[in-house]
This record gives sequence, C-alpha cells and structure tokens, in this order.
Amino acid sequence: MSELLNVTGLHTSADGKEILHGVSLTIEESSTHVIMGPNGAGKSTLGSAIIGSPEYTVTSGSITFRGEDITGLTPDKRAKLGIFLSFQNPVEIPGITLSSFLRSAYENVTGERIKLFDFKKKLKAAMDVLNMDSAYAERELNVGFSGGEKKKAEILQLLVLRPKLAILDETDSGLDVDAVKTVSAGIKAYREQTGGSLLIITHNTKILEALTVDRTHIIADGRITAEGGAELIDEITANGFDKYIGR
Amino acid sequence: MKEKTQVADIDRAFYDFRYEEDESSFLGCGITPDIIREISQEKGDPEWMTEFRLHALKVYERLEMPAWGPDISGLDMDRIVAYIRPEKRMQNDWESVPDDIKETFEKLGIPQAERESLAGVGAQYDSELVYHNVRKEVAESGVVYTDLESAMHDERYAEMIRSHFMKLVPPTDHKFAALHGAVWSGGSFVYVPDGVRLEIPLQSYFRLNARGAGQFEHTLIIVGENAYLHFIEGCSAPKYYEASLHAGCVELFVGNNSTLRYSTIENWSKNMYNLNTKRATVGENAKVEWVSGSFGSHVSYLYPMSILNGRGARAEFTGITFAGEGQNLDTGAKIVHNAPDTSSYMNTRSISKSGGISTFRSSVVINENAVGSKSSVSCESLMLDSISRSDTIPAMVVKTDKADVGHEARIGRISDEAVFYLMSRGLDENSAKALIVSGFAENVSKELPLEYAAEMNNLINIEMKGSIG
Repeated sequence: MSELLNVTGLHTSADGKEILHGVSLTIEESSTHVIMGPNGAGKSTLGSAIIGSPEYTVTSGSITFRGEDITGLTPDKRAKLGIFLSFQNPVEIPGITLSSFLRSAYENVTGERIKLFDFKKKLKAAMDVLNMDSAYAERELNVGFSGGEKKKAEILQLLVLRPKLAILDETDSGLDVDAVKTVSAGIKAYREQTGGSLLIITHNTKILEALTVDRTHIIADGRITAEGGAELIDEITANGFDKYIGR
Repeated sequence: MKEKTQVADIDRAFYDFRYEEDESSFLGCGITPDIIREISQEKGDPEWMTEFRLHALKVYERLEMPAWGPDISGLDMDRIVAYIRPEKRMQNDWESVPDDIKETFEKLGIPQAERESLAGVGAQYDSELVYHNVRKEVAESGVVYTDLESAMHDERYAEMIRSHFMKLVPPTDHKFAALHGAVWSGGSFVYVPDGVRLEIPLQSYFRLNARGAGQFEHTLIIVGENAYLHFIEGCSAPKYYEASLHAGCVELFVGNNSTLRYSTIENWSKNMYNLNTKRATVGENAKVEWVSGSFGSHVSYLYPMSILNGRGARAEFTGITFAGEGQNLDTGAKIVHNAPDTSSYMNTRSISKSGGISTFRSSVVINENAVGSKSSVSCESLMLDSISRSDTIPAMVVKTDKADVGHEARIGRISDEAVFYLMSRGLDENSAKALIVSGFAENVSKELPLEYAAEMNNLINIEMKGSIG
C-alpha cells in the first residue's frame, strides 16, 4: 500500500504553549486508523493540525500528503488535495443553506461546476444513507441543529465531498445509540464508495464496530505512546489508558 | 496590497463608466434665483412650481447644514451643477434613444430587465427621463406611471400633484430638502387607483452621468385604497473625480387597506454625498414595506420615515448597509406611530470593512394616541476587521404606557472559527468571508426580487474581494 499521509516529528503550539511534542504517524491509502487517548492528550490538536487550523502553530516537524509537503498550506488548499475534517463542534453559519454551502464546497474541492439538478441528486443519495429528511438541506448551515444533527451534517459533507483522507474528530460523542448507528453506516458507506482512508479520533468503540481497523495509535500528553492493530482497542476498552500515560 | 487595489479597480470598472457630456448643456455652477427661474422656464413649469422653487431656495439659504452625523464639509455647494439638460426630449421607443445613452443602459441591463417582465422602465439619465415606457398591462390596469414633469401638465393629475408635492417632506424639513425643492428635476409619478393591485413591480433606475452633477429627482407615489404596488428603485453611478451630490426626495402616500412595497439598492460611486429623503404616510390598516440596500457613496444620510396615520397602519423596514474604505454611511429608519393599534418592525444589517464606518440610527416615536401599538427594532452589525467601525444609535420616544416596544442590537466581528470551517471545505479565505457576509445579508436579499438579490450578492463579492489582502 502506498503512503497517503505522513506526519513526522510534529510539534505544535497554541498561545505559546506546546501541545504536541513530536508526533509521527503514517497513514496508507485505503486504510482505517484510530486515535485514542485520555482527554487533553492532543488528539483533536493533531486532527486540526493536519487540516491546517490557524489556531495551532507548527513549530517543527512536517506533514506530507501524497508526497507533497503541506505543512505551510492553508486549509482550503489541503481540502482541495483531499483532506477532510469532521468537526467536533461545527460552527453555525446563518443565512447560508446546507445545500448551497455544500454545492459551493463541492465545486471548490473538485474544481468543477456542477448543475443544480445533478448536485441535488448527489445530495439526495447521500442524505438517504444517513436517513436525513431532505428538508435539512434547506436549513441554515448548522443553525439550531442538535448535536446529533450537526454530526450527521458533517458525515453528509464527507459523503458528498469524497475526500481521500477523512479525519473524524469525536464524531460519536454526544450521540444516542441510534444516531451512532446512522453515523457509522455513513462512515462505512464512505469507505466502500470511495476507498478513502479514515483517521478516527474517538473515546468510544461503538462507532468502530462496523469498520475494520487497520492501525491504532494511543496519544497521551502530546506524544504517541503506543501503536498496534485493532486488538489495542479491545485492550484499552478493558484496561483503560493508565498503562500508556507518563511512561 | 497591490493586488487588492487592482482587483477593486477592475471590478468597479464595470459600474464606473461614463460618457462624454457636451459642456454646453451645463447651466452654470452654484444656485441663484436667476438659475432657478431659468431651470423653471426651461422645464416649462406651471407658475405655482416656479413660485415653489423660489420659495424653497429662500428656505435653503436660511437653513444651516446638519450639525450631526458624518462630515460633509467636502461638499462644495457652489460647484454643484444642479441641472443638465439632456440632448433629447422624452423617448418612448427604445430605437430612438441616443446610442451612447443606450449603451449606458445596456451595460446596466435595463432593456433585458424589462424584457424579463418588469412592468415599466423609467430610467433617469442625468436630470431628465429620456426613456420611459410603461407596459400596456400596467396602463390598462389604470396605473399611471410617468415622469413628474409631464404629469404636472396633464390636467388629470395636475391638481393631485399640486396637493401632494412636498407636502410630506416640506422644504423646511432640512437644508437638502429645501435644495431639492428649488432644483428638483426628473423622477417618477405613480398613481394607483382604488382597488387596483399591480402584481408586477414597477422599476426605475437612476443614474448620474456628468461630473459634478447633482441629482435631485423626485418620486411621488400615490396609492389609493385597497390597492397594491411594488416599486423598485435601483441606483448606480459612474466614477467622478470631484464630490457629487444626490439629494433626491421620495414621497409615498399609502391609502387605507393598501400595501406599498418600496425596494432600493443604492450603489453610488464612492465620492457621492447621498443626502436623500424618503417618507411615507400610511392610512388605516395599510402597510408600507421598505427594503433598502446601501452600498455606495462616500457619505450617506438615509433614514426612510414612515408615519402611521391610520388605525392599524403598519411599517416594515428591512435594510442593509455595507461601508468599505473611505465610506461613512449613516443609515436607518424613522417611524412615527400616530394612531391606535399601529405596528412597526425594523430589521437591519450593517457591515463595515477596511476602515469603513457604518452607523445605524433609528427613531421610533409612539404618540399619546397610539394606544395598543407595537414596535420592534432589531439591528445587527458585522465588522470585518479591527480598523472598521460600527455604531448603533437607537432612539425611542414612547408617550403612552399602552404600547409594546422592543429593541435588540448585536455588534460582532467576523468569526475566525467560521472562516476556518469554510476554508476546511475548500473555500479560499475571500470566498469564505464573502459567504459569511452573504449569509449575514440574507434577511435582506431574500426580500429582493431575484435579479436584485443576485446583483446584491455580486456587490458583496466585489466589495469582499477588495477587502482582504
């Protein structure tokens, strides 16, 4: 398998405080990776750094995507290369419908115009996977959405934009059992339809049940402290993180 | 920074074009009684109008410049050419409109817009209407849509005009109303008889085309009882090198049980002083709806006023103001509740960027007799950077305790988090910000007819491209 994403010795800081202290990680094409770790370990920071959040400054280390150094690229350029982040708390954008926003995102990411009719068809297909009422598409982006609706809307974007790498930041948090099921079905559909890779940041193993996990990384205190296959997840579930904290 | 300037210039070039004027058609600078007489004579005013103009000039000389609001000291009244006579008289047939004028209009898309079901086009070129065509449908419904000058000479409307002209906005209102009374020229007269509901909107497009020329068009709309009218006024002016003045006047009379919707997008060039006065009187159970978009001008003073004179009368005001570099736009609305059970609703958005100043100023007065009245004012401001300013100055005078009033104001900056979110979906920074601003403006754009909403979004995109370097 060829390499999709490579993170080497990544140090990031926010407001002068270092959060990641040299993280290295490789994700191959068409694979599913899981990141677990206690609260505040730097899991979300890693996801944000990969998409290029202006909140974090990379102080050393590099990120390459399909062989290209993207460390200095703005988030839009990274999105165009095929990176997607499902936000933990997506912001509300009043006055813009989910549908028109997503069409604009689609055109930006793919670099091609799409007719409204064709787009609606695509959107409808994706919404069906997530059991979303088509009325959602005409609601203002994330405005007044419940936690579950916001997460579904993120996965909807994932299905329409079809990135090469999808980073899911706590997509399962705050969801009830049914919603977790729906969202998992969406994630599974993404893997099957596109063959794209996943980097799943989670506390919860429920969302992983429908997926085949290739690699698990444990982050604690801004460092990767353990790596393994899917079996590592079961071990964490049984014994917790204690063993991997503060070596 | 260099690229920023280029982008702004290229994009504005579309709106900022003008054609050569024959200098001989200037009547001279500054305003004297002789000039007023000359204007009046040339226009063939009835005698009462000549007297009216001369009286207004006296009022003008007596009144002081406004001592509040944005600075207008850059306006040299002695250099404003009040009136430019068009080469040609009124035209009704598109074919006979002079070519350069036609070209100007074509750039503005007027004939196309007309073809696309707009009812009548009254486009003002310089100071007089040169092209005016009312669709058969409109004429057959009994609606009168013509220029004010010819209507004054039509015995069917002469008396109506005399009894309404500047009765709502008297020359004594303020200095620029007085100036308007003295030198007004061009504009529209609309009369909607009782019981007539005109479903297609009437449109006028005003434009200035001579350097230093002031524009003083007068719009007089009289809507009878149980009637409906939507009037659209769109403005866009070419670029000049010295200060220009726009002091138009709009007077709306809305009869009992009628609705008048008055929509405007103003995109004056960025050296224009826009000191416009708009006012409506609203009868029993009647309604006035203002939709107002202010994008252009160097300085604007614009506060459409609704006087709710009949029981159950209503006013709605939806406005958006976008102030960019070098712009100081002071906009808002005034409402006077002058009868029981009246209601008003004001909803505005203002945007400022690149050092622009946007001030929302509102005044709601609920008189003693306006028992059972309701008023709700909501204004939101968005500042796109730290050098821009946004202020809200809401005033409320409530003279009865049997009224329900509410006010809500929010001022914010564009959120970095929202920009990042949109960028993570492939939108570049400019597009992300433009999208957020479009969303912020959506409450206004959704009130506009489709082509105007599209134009407004274009304007936002043009403004945004110039703003972020």
